[in-house]
Amino acid sequence: MTVLGNLALWLALLVGVWGALAGFVGGRQARPDLAHSARRAVFAMCGALLVAVFALEWALFQHDFNVEYVAAYTSRNLPIFYTWSALYAGQKGSLLFWATVLSVFGSLALVLTPRRHAELLPTVAGVVALVASFFISVMLFGHANPFQRLPYTPLDGSGLNPQLQNPGMVFHPPMLYLGYISITIPFAFAIAALLAKRLDADWLVAIRKWTLLSWLFLSIGICLGMWWAYVELGWGGYWAWDPVENASLLPWLTMTAFLHSVMVQEKRGMLRKWNLALIIGSWLLSIFGTFITRSGVISSVHSFTQSSVGYFFLAFLVVAAAASFTLYAIRLPLLTAETQLESMVSREASFLFNNLLLIGIAFSVLWGTLFPILSELVQGTKVTVGPPFFNQVNVPLGLALLALTGIGPLIAWRRASLPNLQRQFAVPATAGGFTLLVLLVGGMRDLYALLAIALGGFVAATIVQEFARGARARHRQYGEAYPLALARLLGRNRRRYGGYIVHTGIVILFVAFAGMAFKTETEATLRPGESASLRSPYGHTYTFTHLGISQYDALNRQITAATVEVRRNGKPIGFLTPEKRQHVDGLGRPTFQPSTEPAIMSMLREDLYGVLGGTVDGTEQAVFRFTINPLVWWVWYGGMVVALGGLIVMWPGGSPAARRAQAGYTVRLVGEKP
Amino acid sequence: MNAGTKFAIGAALIVGSVGYLMASGVKQTGQYFLTPTELSQKIAVDPSFYNVGMKVGAHVVRGSVTKDVATQTLSFQVTDGSARYPVVFHGLPPDTFTDSVEVVVEGRLQQDGVIHATNVLAKCGSRYESVPKA
Repeated sequence: MTVLGNLALWLALLVGVWGALAGFVGGRQARPDLAHSARRAVFAMCGALLVAVFALEWALFQHDFNVEYVAAYTSRNLPIFYTWSALYAGQKGSLLFWATVLSVFGSLALVLTPRRHAELLPTVAGVVALVASFFISVMLFGHANPFQRLPYTPLDGSGLNPQLQNPGMVFHPPMLYLGYISITIPFAFAIAALLAKRLDADWLVAIRKWTLLSWLFLSIGICLGMWWAYVELGWGGYWAWDPVENASLLPWLTMTAFLHSVMVQEKRGMLRKWNLALIIGSWLLSIFGTFITRSGVISSVHSFTQSSVGYFFLAFLVVAAAASFTLYAIRLPLLTAETQLESMVSREASFLFNNLLLIGIAFSVLWGTLFPILSELVQGTKVTVGPPFFNQVNVPLGLALLALTGIGPLIAWRRASLPNLQRQFAVPATAGGFTLLVLLVGGMRDLYALLAIALGGFVAATIVQEFARGARARHRQYGEAYPLALARLLGRNRRRYGGYIVHTGIVILFVAFAGMAFKTETEATLRPGESASLRSPYGHTYTFTHLGISQYDALNRQITAATVEVRRNGKPIGFLTPEKRQHVDGLGRPTFQPSTEPAIMSMLREDLYGVLGGTVDGTEQAVFRFTINPLVWWVWYGGMVVALGGLIVMWPGGSPAARRAQAGYTVRLVGEKP
Repeated sequence: MNAGTKFAIGAALIVGSVGYLMASGVKQTGQYFLTPTELSQKIAVDPSFYNVGMKVGAHVVRGSVTKDVATQTLSFQVTDGSARYPVVFHGLPPDTFTDSVEVVVEGRLQQDGVIHATNVLAKCGSRYESVPKA
């Protein structure tokens, strides 16, 4: 099968290079024969890459340990679920995954894009073929071929790293990859529009769904990554501002900025330069993220091993950035705004501030991530910044952004009047103030947490007000019952009200993040029968009693588990069983370091998180760390609400007339003549 | 004053505060990342360079690790080949910590010549790629 795999890779590279040439030339000279050829080249590349993926999966399931990749990431006793996901568990396989998914997305874009954008498609095919060809060349020429054979055949593979043997890890990387990869499609359209000088709002309509799709994948991928870090790594948190986490956040921030600013371009014809820069920047950041993960240039718990593949990515990144921004600079004169900002108190101004904040956050995260490298270049000594830096900078910026989440949708386009402002803000501002008061009376004194939750109350009230007003209007106008009016409101204005649902998820996330300000933990060495206790921020006392240690074998691991009884204010509420695992191969030999499996009791108000540090000299005396993490459950819930809102916005349908009307229509003030 | 000017002022405020937050953040939370040799040179140049928060990246000296599980104390030595420093750490070490890994020790060097660590990260280059056994 490796012969087939290699053959498929070479074939994909050849048609990819042809597709890139034909696409760019065909797009430039408007030659239909070349345009067709480029289109078919992308389809052919997609087919060849799917064959390569099939060949690799075949080798994985056949336990063909003569293939280096199979021996390195699987073993005979690895659960089937993880054997399948080994496709993208390692550097080489994930490169194949990247190229394949890109060619699938590219083919879909070529098939699904409406005819009226046909002029852009050859260049889109060219960009997709070029980027995919790069990934294939890294595999073939960068010592990263997943079909590499070993000079001998091991009896068993070394198995998948235990920390990756977690359901979250099966879905987290592909979701992130899907997000990273799908940004290539809007980027390809941007390049095509720049080359073709078709820089009206029309091409934006063609890519809106793609940007949303990629934003949605990134959001889900980031949330799954947080969940995996929380349940698997055992340090008791979900976000550590690790370089690789930051790298995934960067394009998410710029895409979020784009999804907002694109509305300003559609309705007011402003921000054309800005929007193009955001799309190009997002794509470059996604390649940067891939580079960070693969090069080992910045040490991180998530990165693959240090390898020469990084140089390929760095070179690609530099060339791609130079090429796309040169093209952008050449076309700048064509990108003047159609209208001017009329008032500070307008929807577009609030979107502008929202964009500045998002880009400010992205810039500070990028700066902090690269700071060790930058400081070494400038000063000669490496200086690092960690979570305190990111929190110190981003908490205030994030809170300002949260406030704008509430303010923006309430302000009218172009310019808002004072009565309009009073009518819109009276209820939400009261709700926010009331929330703050309740928290203060309740005894909360942490400034940022107070602000986050009070602003959360304000934003939530704006959203409720919007839904209520919309439903009431339908009720009056069409006589619909309120539940029906609400459902139709959402169904007929998916973009707007789906967006509000995303905002609801963001509010939930902010409140949940604020909860972590009240995290408490204790470390204890306990003999059976002894206990440790912790006071929760809500005033309960939790008692953790060590009952004993048990040891047993499971499928591919030896487990040492402690049983801990948990009592809340003296009343038993359940057990925690944190584990230490030693993974073994098919012959019973230990593989990898022992790993920690935290035990988590998740409740609406707080999580109890127990980690077994180890046993003392083989006795039942054991070392524990117990943590109370407030509101963690709401992080996962908020993430789901964000994803749901994104899906609602994305959902296909709605009349074509309504869709066209959303693009390029102008906002008229009351009493103004068209 | 027209809207554009007002907006420019607002934008300048945001950009300014992002800049200020970043500068003060680096100043207050930035930590030197040193090798043991660089650390000994710093001490030689500036004898008051004790009790400063920093990170030290080095190899653990093979056989130097002693663990006292009951008191959760971990002591070991780190080296980059030339300089060598003892480290004391209270708490649970990461799963990947052994006497043959590269570590990043976060803590302060005290007058007793020992690095009192607040955090130990095992920087294992092959974290997700186990070495195939020959």
